[in-house]
Amino acid sequence: MKTALLEKVEQSQLKETAPEFDVGDSVRVHVKIKEGEKERVQVYAGTVIARDGGGANETFTVRRISYGEGVERVFPVHSPYVVKVDVDRRGKTRRAKLYYLRTRTSKQSRLKERV
Amino acid sequence: MQTLIGKKTGMTRVYDDDGVQVAVTVVQVGPCTVVQRKTAATDGYEAVQLGFEEQKESRVTKPQQGHFKKAGAKPQKVVREVRLEADEEAAPGDVLTAKIFEGVQYVDVLGHTKGRGFQGVIRKFKMRGGRASHGGAWTRRAGSTGSIDSANIIKNKTMPGQMGSVDITTQNLRVVKVLADENALLLEGAVAGPAGGIVLVRKAIKKA
Repeated sequence: MKTALLEKVEQSQLKETAPEFDVGDSVRVHVKIKEGEKERVQVYAGTVIARDGGGANETFTVRRISYGEGVERVFPVHSPYVVKVDVDRRGKTRRAKLYYLRTRTSKQSRLKERV
Repeated sequence: MQTLIGKKTGMTRVYDDDGVQVAVTVVQVGPCTVVQRKTAATDGYEAVQLGFEEQKESRVTKPQQGHFKKAGAKPQKVVREVRLEADEEAAPGDVLTAKIFEGVQYVDVLGHTKGRGFQGVIRKFKMRGGRASHGGAWTRRAGSTGSIDSANIIKNKTMPGQMGSVDITTQNLRVVKVLADENALLLEGAVAGPAGGIVLVRKAIKKA
C-alpha cells in the first residue's frame, strides 16, 4: 500500500503530460542523447510490446528489427530523456504483453490496425 | 545532535538534475519530541530520550504518563535514547524536525531487518550444496563443518538457523533530498525492514 507521502514524492516526478500510447502501437520515441558536452535527440522506432509498473516506476518496452536482428529497449515513461513519443499506427491486440512477437518473423509479426 | 526517529515509507525512483534515475527510500523522520535529558551529573552519561508519534493517553501506563507529563510532552508511541556530547543543548519538550538534516550529505540508518525464519545454508549463506545427479546424496546440505583433527567446530561456522530479524546499520546513505515540509528524507538505496518499520536516522559517522 502506498502512503500519502510516497504518493506525493512520486507525483512530483511525473511528467505533466505523459505520452499517450498503448501496447501494440508503432511508435517513434525521441530520446535525448548526451555526447560529451553536446546533447541531441535520436529517434528509436518500433512496436510497443509491454508496459510495466505504475506511477514514477512505469516503463515501456519497444521492439524493432534492426539490420535483421531483434532489438528491445526499455524506457521509463517519465524520464526526462524520453522527450516525445509519436504514435504512427495503432495496433489491435488481445493481450497486454506481446512477448509472442519475439518468436515471429516479418509477415507473422504484423498487427492489425485499430480503427 | 543530528539524529531522529523515523519510519520507512517505501521505495520509488526519482530523477536528478541530469535526468538520471536514482532509486530512493522515502523515510519519514520526526517530528521528535525530547522526552528527557540525561546528564553526567544525574545519570552518569549525556543523552536525550526522543519520542516519535503521538499516542493516546489511555494506551500508555500510568508511570509512563507521568514521565511524559514531566517533560511537558504528549504520550509517544516510540521512545529511543540518543547519546549526546556534554555541550549540546536539548531541553525536554523541544520538538525536532527534518530541518536538522538540511545540508547533511550522508546519513546512517539503524533498522531491523525482515525476519526470514529458520533457513538452510543455501539461502542463508549462498552455499552451493551437493550435486543432484550421479548419486548425489547431500543436496542442499552444508558439507564438512571442520577438520577431523580438531574436536571442536570453529566459532562462527556458517550453519542453518534463524535468518533476518536482526538490527542492521546501513552506513553512508546519500541524502538525495530533504523534504522539510513533509518531514521526510529521500535516501539513495535501501534501508532495512518493512515499509512502516521504525528506523533511527543519524548523520553519517564515517563520511561527511
